[in-house]
Amino acid sequence: MSSEQYPKVYLYRRIVQAKMFIDRHYAEEIDLENISDEAYFSKFHFIRLFKSIYGKTPQKYLQAVRIEKAQLLLKGETSVSDACFAVGFQSLTTFSGLFKKIVGEAPSSFAARHKATQEQIRKSPLTFIPRCYAYQHGWLENSNNEEPEV
Amino acid sequence: MITKMTVTNIHVLNQDSAFDFYVNKLGFKVVDDIPMGPDTRWLTVSPPEQPDLQIVLFPVKVSKMFPQETADSLIALIKKGIFGCGVLTCKDVFATYEELKAKGVEFIKPPTKEFYGTEALFKDDSGNYFSLQPLDNFGHEDSI
Repeated sequence: MSSEQYPKVYLYRRIVQAKMFIDRHYAEEIDLENISDEAYFSKFHFIRLFKSIYGKTPQKYLQAVRIEKAQLLLKGETSVSDACFAVGFQSLTTFSGLFKKIVGEAPSSFAARHKATQEQIRKSPLTFIPRCYAYQHGWLENSNNEEPEV
Repeated sequence: MITKMTVTNIHVLNQDSAFDFYVNKLGFKVVDDIPMGPDTRWLTVSPPEQPDLQIVLFPVKVSKMFPQETADSLIALIKKGIFGCGVLTCKDVFATYEELKAKGVEFIKPPTKEFYGTEALFKDDSGNYFSLQPLDNFGHEDSI
């Protein structure tokens, strides 16, 4: 069975394109009805097919992508409110509630915890690396590696 | 009694390129990315839904571990496509195949029905290859 022969390949390609559109444009105001129109599906059919492939509706998938991208921003220097709007949410309350529901902690505590971890890594990176690997790399032989220059 | 696999390696030719492949194309999550001096970093990733398995993207270069001859041999074998690094599973192999192909991943074999189920094979940026199979490959039903 070649790639061209598997069942309803054109349907897969349309759904995959829609998913990749969400991946690229998550930060914008995405009208999921437009996506289903562009994929030449009725809204109902589109949602059903999308969910059958990705395990969640396009709306839920978009939310998950936005929260995932927000986590990456919060691991940097981005503030909670900037992260919220940067990934496409219009309301800080909605963002915080959804973030907590998906990630399991509030955005602010997530950011603080990550910042503390980064500080620990900066001070003593070897404590985050299995010692067997550190030994193989020769990193244990040089204590200067505790605070490497980056 | 062994309880689980915690850390494993994939030998790669270039960590920057491997980062792009595994994170941006395959969608793996970065667990650790710790600079350990010039041109050296401790880089581990996990499959999206398997956060407790760390995969070390282990660069093959001349070092304490890899003398010149060993490094040269290993690099040659990786480039030759000798090393199969395991089976990666997904909910829908056809959709995953279409997405990875659109992202430029090189497939050795498109989704193909074998006696053990549907399987595709693809290569990473170094030359290591993986089998891609649906989670329920022991009775896959097409999603559409």
